[in-house]
Amino acid sequence: MIEKDINSFEQLFNACKIANVAIYKVAQTREAYLSEKTEDEVRQIVKKSLDAMKEAIKTGLNSNELSLSGMCGADCERLQNRFKKKNAVFGKTFEKITTYALATSEENLRMGKIVACPTAGSCGIVPSVLIAISEDFNITEEKQINALIIAGEVGRIISNKVALAGAVAGCQAECGVASAMSAGAAAYLLGGSTRQILNAVALAMKNLLGLTCDPVCGLVEIPCVKRNPFLAVHAITAVELALADIESKIPLDEIIDALEQTGKLMSPTLKESSQAGLAKTKTAIALENKLFKK
Amino acid sequence: MAQSSFIDIITPIMVGPSSSHTAGAVRLGLLARNVYDAKPHKVTFRLYNSYAQTGFGHGTDKGLLAGVLGLAVDDVRIKHVFDLPEAKQIAYEFEYLEDFNRHPNAVDFIFEGDLNMFVAGDSIGAGEVVIRKINEFSVKFTGKFNTLLLVYRDVPGMISRVTKLIQERNINIASLHCDRYAKGEEASMCICLDGELDEKILKLIEGIENLYLVRYVKKLEH
Repeated sequence: MIEKDINSFEQLFNACKIANVAIYKVAQTREAYLSEKTEDEVRQIVKKSLDAMKEAIKTGLNSNELSLSGMCGADCERLQNRFKKKNAVFGKTFEKITTYALATSEENLRMGKIVACPTAGSCGIVPSVLIAISEDFNITEEKQINALIIAGEVGRIISNKVALAGAVAGCQAECGVASAMSAGAAAYLLGGSTRQILNAVALAMKNLLGLTCDPVCGLVEIPCVKRNPFLAVHAITAVELALADIESKIPLDEIIDALEQTGKLMSPTLKESSQAGLAKTKTAIALENKLFKK
Repeated sequence: MAQSSFIDIITPIMVGPSSSHTAGAVRLGLLARNVYDAKPHKVTFRLYNSYAQTGFGHGTDKGLLAGVLGLAVDDVRIKHVFDLPEAKQIAYEFEYLEDFNRHPNAVDFIFEGDLNMFVAGDSIGAGEVVIRKINEFSVKFTGKFNTLLLVYRDVPGMISRVTKLIQERNINIASLHCDRYAKGEEASMCICLDGELDEKILKLIEGIENLYLVRYVKKLEH
């Protein structure tokens, strides 16, 4: 019997332990039960998102079209050109993660089709980590779906306490949570135990607390687009540490409490209102004047 | 605690760049379209606050029009909606306003045609939306439930007459929101349902006396 009433990571961990199953199994059983679907139907929905993520990467890798504002859109091409000439210091998978994250993120701002995961502004992080690792480690589609379920379950449990919106809790709750979700998915793909997976989530999340949301011109472009590859790579650091059995001294649920508190204490000027931070730098104001001049 | 779903975290599949300013705009447009439920000659979109200020860079205008034309949030044609044949068949206009009594992402739809109608709503984050007003009546529905909207003369027993028909079909009511202009004058009822209404029950409801407007707005698929 798998527990269905799961609202914290401790409950999730215990549910896995008692039933002796993996996180994705607990999550998909619960989801199927609550949404009155079969587990197979739930997995089909997840597969649709996974396929759309792959499609967005493919489309994004082949475009250099600029966004509506003209501020962003050609960086993925630049990065690919560099990697064609010179291998990345951190290897092939690093190249894929960074280019896939940029490809997806740029596809988003040019009004292409993406998966909000958890949000549109953070849409490049989970797909880049999950798909780059799956390609380079020959991971089956079945396991990729499992990984995306884990990512979703991590986001869900966090969202029980903190709305995943920059306007509510800053970027820590958007790109930050996406990075934590990715860490969980990647730790699973690389053979992590339940404990290691949740530690990867904890380590990734813990090191992004306080990240503000200060978009230039109020658009999902600067710093959002480039933040995607940064926080995708951030997830990998968390995974490597977690797989070495390095534990977060602060339990994951308490980190989420800290995330919530930090979001509440964060100045409203730094929560998607573009009234401070990067959004009010000299250059940002100049861009704003240029863009919105009548 | 309301039971959350991990599917919500890894969806929707949508056209970017913003869940609130693009996908939310499409969903508001779709709901307004379903409330109006006719082909308008002209639609005026009034965008407020953040929608007015950053709508351009987020394609909010495109999203609103796309929704009114019936495009889904993941339809790649949204980007070029102004060039679509459907868009050329109606007149439309955008107005940009500031009103801090309104939600940061508020929008009004003013439909003109055989029927004139005013619909107002907010995009409240993560692609979630709420319709707040139809003509002078306050309503509240989100597109997450099948919703029955009624405008009627404010007479005793109207709520029980309608809910009895729904109850007889064994359909659960998720929420019920009523409002009225003044005693004995026009009133509105907005009923969100867990189940679906079929043609037969809708006919019965339409047959109730003193009803001015009946709309059955189906929940949004995305």
